[in-house]
Amino acid sequence: MLAWTIYITFFGVLVLMLLPRDQQRAARIVALLTAIAGCVVAFVGAIQQANPGEVATIVKAPWIPSIGANYYLAADGISLVLVVLTGLAAVSGILFSWNIEKRTKEFFAFYLALIGGVYGVFLSFDVLLLFVFYELTIIPKYFLIARWGSTRKEYGAMKLALYSFVGSHLVLIGLIAAWVVAKGQLGHASLDLLELSKVAFPIAFQHWVFPLVFVGFAILAGMWPFHTWAPTGHVAAPTAGSMLLAGVVMKLGAYGCLRVAMVMFPEGVRMWQGEIACLAVAGIVYGAGVALVQRDFKFVIGYSSVSHMGFVLLGLATLNTIGLDGAVLQMFSHGIIAGLLFGVVGRMVYDRTHTRDFNDLETMQLGKLLPFAGVTFVIAGIASMGLPGFSGFVAEFQVLMGAWTVFPKLTILSGLGILIGVAYTLRAIQKGFYSDAPPKPVDHAHPLNPISIPERFGAVMLIGASLVVGLFPGLLMNWIEPCFNSPLSMFARLLVKGGSQ
Amino acid sequence: MNTVNYLEILRLAAPETIVTVTVLIVLGADVTVMRGKSIAARFNVGALLSILGCIFAALLAFTRHTEANLFNGLMVVDPSSDFVKVAILALTVFTILISTSARFTDHVGEYLSLILLGTIGLMFLVSTEDLLMVFIALEFASLALYILTAFNKHNEKSAEAALKYFLFGGMSAAFLLFGFSLLYGISGSTNLREIAVGIAGKGFDPLLLVALVTTIIGFGFKVAAVPFHLWAPDAYEGAPTPSAAFIGSGSKVASFYVLAKIFTLGFVGAEGSAVWHGYLSGWTPVFAIVAALSMVLGNLTAIVQSSVKRLLAYSAIAHAGYMLLGVLSNTPASASAMMFYVITYALTTIGAFGVVMVVEEATGGDAIKNFAGLSRRAPGLSLCLLIFLLSLGGIPPLAGFIGKFFLFSAAVSAGANLGLLWLVILAIAMSAVSFYYYLRVLKAAYVEDAPGEAPAIKVPLLTFLALVLLALLVILFGCVPGLLTQFL
Amino acid sequence: MNHWLTILTLVPFIGGIVIAGLGADRKNLVCGLALATSLVGLGGALCLWLHFDTSQGGIQFSEQFDWVPSLGIQYFLGVDGLGLLMVLLTAIVTPLAILASWRMDDRPHVYHALILWLQAGLFGTFTALNFFHWFLFWELGLIPAFFLIKLWGGPKRGPAATQFFVYTMVGSVALLLSFLAIRLATGSFDFIELAGLAKSGVLTTKLQAAFGWKNIGLIVFFGAFLGFAVKVPLIPFHTWLPAAYSEAPSPVTMLLTGVMSKMGVYGFLRILLPIFPDQIRQVLTLLLWLAVATIVLSACAAFAQRDLKRIIAYSSINHLGYCLLALFAATAVATGVNNSDLQKAAALDGALLQMFNHGLTASALFLFVALLERRSGGLRGLDDFGGLRKIIPVFTGLMGISIFSSLGLPGLNGFVGEFLIFKGVFPLAPWAAAISTIGLLVTAIFLLTLIQRVFCGPLNARWAKMPDLTTAERFLVLPGIALMFVLGIWPQFILGAVDATVMKLVQQLNF
Repeated sequence: MLAWTIYITFFGVLVLMLLPRDQQRAARIVALLTAIAGCVVAFVGAIQQANPGEVATIVKAPWIPSIGANYYLAADGISLVLVVLTGLAAVSGILFSWNIEKRTKEFFAFYLALIGGVYGVFLSFDVLLLFVFYELTIIPKYFLIARWGSTRKEYGAMKLALYSFVGSHLVLIGLIAAWVVAKGQLGHASLDLLELSKVAFPIAFQHWVFPLVFVGFAILAGMWPFHTWAPTGHVAAPTAGSMLLAGVVMKLGAYGCLRVAMVMFPEGVRMWQGEIACLAVAGIVYGAGVALVQRDFKFVIGYSSVSHMGFVLLGLATLNTIGLDGAVLQMFSHGIIAGLLFGVVGRMVYDRTHTRDFNDLETMQLGKLLPFAGVTFVIAGIASMGLPGFSGFVAEFQVLMGAWTVFPKLTILSGLGILIGVAYTLRAIQKGFYSDAPPKPVDHAHPLNPISIPERFGAVMLIGASLVVGLFPGLLMNWIEPCFNSPLSMFARLLVKGGSQ
Repeated sequence: MNTVNYLEILRLAAPETIVTVTVLIVLGADVTVMRGKSIAARFNVGALLSILGCIFAALLAFTRHTEANLFNGLMVVDPSSDFVKVAILALTVFTILISTSARFTDHVGEYLSLILLGTIGLMFLVSTEDLLMVFIALEFASLALYILTAFNKHNEKSAEAALKYFLFGGMSAAFLLFGFSLLYGISGSTNLREIAVGIAGKGFDPLLLVALVTTIIGFGFKVAAVPFHLWAPDAYEGAPTPSAAFIGSGSKVASFYVLAKIFTLGFVGAEGSAVWHGYLSGWTPVFAIVAALSMVLGNLTAIVQSSVKRLLAYSAIAHAGYMLLGVLSNTPASASAMMFYVITYALTTIGAFGVVMVVEEATGGDAIKNFAGLSRRAPGLSLCLLIFLLSLGGIPPLAGFIGKFFLFSAAVSAGANLGLLWLVILAIAMSAVSFYYYLRVLKAAYVEDAPGEAPAIKVPLLTFLALVLLALLVILFGCVPGLLTQFL
Repeated sequence: MNHWLTILTLVPFIGGIVIAGLGADRKNLVCGLALATSLVGLGGALCLWLHFDTSQGGIQFSEQFDWVPSLGIQYFLGVDGLGLLMVLLTAIVTPLAILASWRMDDRPHVYHALILWLQAGLFGTFTALNFFHWFLFWELGLIPAFFLIKLWGGPKRGPAATQFFVYTMVGSVALLLSFLAIRLATGSFDFIELAGLAKSGVLTTKLQAAFGWKNIGLIVFFGAFLGFAVKVPLIPFHTWLPAAYSEAPSPVTMLLTGVMSKMGVYGFLRILLPIFPDQIRQVLTLLLWLAVATIVLSACAAFAQRDLKRIIAYSSINHLGYCLLALFAATAVATGVNNSDLQKAAALDGALLQMFNHGLTASALFLFVALLERRSGGLRGLDDFGGLRKIIPVFTGLMGISIFSSLGLPGLNGFVGEFLIFKGVFPLAPWAAAISTIGLLVTAIFLLTLIQRVFCGPLNARWAKMPDLTTAERFLVLPGIALMFVLGIWPQFILGAVDATVMKLVQQLNF
């Protein structure tokens, strides 16, 4: 069932490519329908999965037998959470890019190609297949940014593409080495994640190969100090692009860290746990601190993503159930919230005012001109600060709880990050929407368009998702928890030693 | 010595014979029936004939499943070499298909038959285990390639490139011959397997070392590996595009096949070791150095190119580095991975050159800026370009990626204790670099807008068909590599 | 199992949503609905008060069921005397605040919705007994307050609002981290359960076991302490307060000082005292000094102010300082003190009474300032007025009563609370009580100065036409004034309800 998310999405790409060039409306509708279909399939498939703690195989067919590669799609609870996130992000991204006029069909074709790749990563249980989908996402995101972006778009796009590529090549080195070693131990070639998660790689080998693979993935997760692609990439990207980048692409990295690097090399994680946590917290604090002094609205959100992804990495580094639960939940939460923030800034504000400079926005009184945008940003900001009631709180809460036992000092430091987070969000709310600066006379010749229906839908959908998860985290926790709790799961090795639980 | 059964020779060399006959037919048809017709018509008919001949030859080679060894290794036929011949013929077909729209010459018959003659040389090259035959076939093929390079008489660069190529080629032939003669002197034979027996147990005497190094130098020139690569960028840039495509594809496949054969068969016992902290002198460490240099220099130099053909030339140098990695790993798995890589690379390269040729004809240049707005002017063409360049850059699920995966995993498996990992890491790092310059071309095609009013580019049908077919193959071999690996 | 408390919290919350949806155009409907909602809240609170069983100090009206089982989070509501008192105070102050902003023009729907959400947050905070949703409401109260200051405040509202928010968040994050640590060590978020653990001394041991630091108990305590100390506020964590109070629109200041500052004190009583008695005792001297400093310094600071709102703001700090003094003193290990339980009960009784009184008095004072501002066109400097008693005698009289209540004149409510506090604290911590009396003195001085500058002396001719209180305004302030008298004469009204709770708390504090 869930595999259809991938097929439907790529089918949508095909349909879009075949559409005549001038059919903009049709292109939008095809894209939206595809995304909705994907989203619905994701939801239904996720709900249908009876036991989220187990890996439910969807398809498993030999692909390249000589190297042990299978076409192996499957899902456990973590995949479910992220697949659902992807579905939501895809739909809302299209709603927020309804106004794309320039080469509409190509935009949506690249967009859906990216989404399809993302679904693929989250559902692949064959390392090579996962890697294939992972790299497949690089190209569409490059073109989305370079073609439809803004501010220094080509630079941002190239930087993002190269960082991703370098990261994935680090992963590739590690995977090849691991494949060779695993072949020696298993007696046959295998790229099956479940099988590899049982191979006991030599400790010395894990010691050097784990950081390689982990950092390779973590580059895309925005791990400090490899995060520098994130702000420039986010800023350069078109609205839907930044929504997807922050919403799901950064999750790809974190997911890879968890699903591949950590599962395959548990001893490696344990050796590098402290370093990862330090980098994560550095990211949290640094990202927040830099966000505090930005003049460009989107840079604020861009750096805030770095900061929030720090929590995901911190959660991963805890190696206890609750921290990992929190990390996965934070992936979901940040996906929703960052998407919303970028939607407001990119679509609602920038597309109308054509500026993201706080100095200009301050004189515009956007809170009064675009009340919906103002309120949405406030709600998103509150959610982003991690105030209770929204998904961010439950997630960061668990991450911090998990981190307390392992890294008490770093946890306190990350509290500082939260505080700066509050400060920059407030600053953005203030400067962006409710400034006290003397207003510039409103340009009546070019009034700002009112917020359109698709935008409202998108915003309400994302806010709703964040609220529902914030108030009833059990909905997702029921999927995530069994994955880590079951002694038979692929994560069991991670949690055996070292973790406090 | 047995009596020679000429019929047997003809039977074993049937594919080559068919191509030879085709050459004659093409030449004959061009000077008789087609005389006075338009260049396009001559090209189409000539191409049709050549392609029919090639397909016929390929079918024969593909289906015969013969194993034979004539004249003590002078002519060796086995399924593996037959498959390589099929690949070479297929590449020739594609080269011819994209050359049909070329307008740089009115000597259609000669041009096509030179391509076919080159092909014949390459086919002989892959089906021998004897140094003498290797040398003759190599020179035979090279001669055709030199002329093909010089074929654009309206372009001075073409002549200059051909001269450069010729001089370097001649020098490499001299090196090769010197090396081969030393080998003969040491072992008393020109047969590879006998050479292996001859040098076994003699340790590393200076003579063997000289033979080894000169052979490597000779082949280094042929496959354009650093530091013997200097001719390549100029030749690729100056040569008519289909010729460059042929140099970069068919000739590469054959050269690497025979290179691997010479060293894995002929220098058994002199491998040495290139593993990290486990260095032993022999030919693998030399290859390792050459491979490393090629990868690094090729990729880094490609970054600064503004001509796409030169860029492809430097990328070819870099790819030669990766392929050498497959040779020096020296296991059956790595050899088959190397062949997979070289064949898919050749397919991709022809495709890339094909696109460059169309763009060159339409815009009058092959600079990156000439590609600006290509996605609007020729969507199908630019999609093909996207697939070719991404495959060269190693993006899954295209053939280039799977090829790299095979190659690198085979290399890592080869060295004891992951000893060759250093070279693989270097290769992967450089492959990440390569992504940058491929993306530059794609950026021009997809992101930038063509200056001014740029009309749609009309892509010649045959060429376009060839390109689409190539693109589909690149995707197919990427997604289902088993189709190809089963023969290697 | 009943759901009264949930309903009580939901009423203003839903009311707020409805009002926000009405739009700015239907001003009268918006205001009327807001008032009606808050009156329903008041009615509900009174119902609870009447049905509250004063004879027992435990939790009543409790609701409890699992929420997020995997995290050990329950939905657990309930009130004891302390919670009930605070709910009642919230229910009283909110309608007053709504009435005080009756004629507001700028986006009234948003304004009133925010006020009602603030009320919902306060109700929620005072009734929650599980950290998780307690914290949810604690923060939920913060956000409306921030926007009320930010959007409707005075000229420097931006920085004031931000400062308010950031300071409070610093506290909140520290609090959150502390509770995460506690949750990790004990597996519980339940205040009642944690108090039980603390009493048996297990809590500290568990914390030490989980973290391996000897002083972890103290660190966790300080984290939580910071959260509440900022909210109360305690010197030196008070610097956000004068700006926030003076920049906020006066009705909002009524809520801020009347109820929100009580959240801090409530937190001390409900959370810190029961859960960290050991830690408080370890650093008792420091804490007492902080309380004393709060009392004395804020009084002196108020003396130096020239703005009526800032004066009252500092006096608020001062008054809450007494509460904290009582709280800290009540944790002292009282050896050699006769009837130490009785003294502690007195101090805590006083503290509770003082919380309620201060809520009433301070909001009344800010209400008067609001009315005065409305007459003066926004001016509220100490020296802007003079001789007002001649032209607005009723106003002068009623505000005078409130001021005297604030400085603790016998017969009015303020006296009883402060008296009980000092009665309890003197035997327990004589030196602190002694120094604190300076605060009493200074308070008297600056409040009298205020009366003198504003209402006495030569009439400032500019205000010759200032109208006295209208009938509606008289009805607005009278209930509050009446309550001041009632509580001054018959404090048992409150004490009766909280007595059992206080006794239980005292039990809790003793080994």
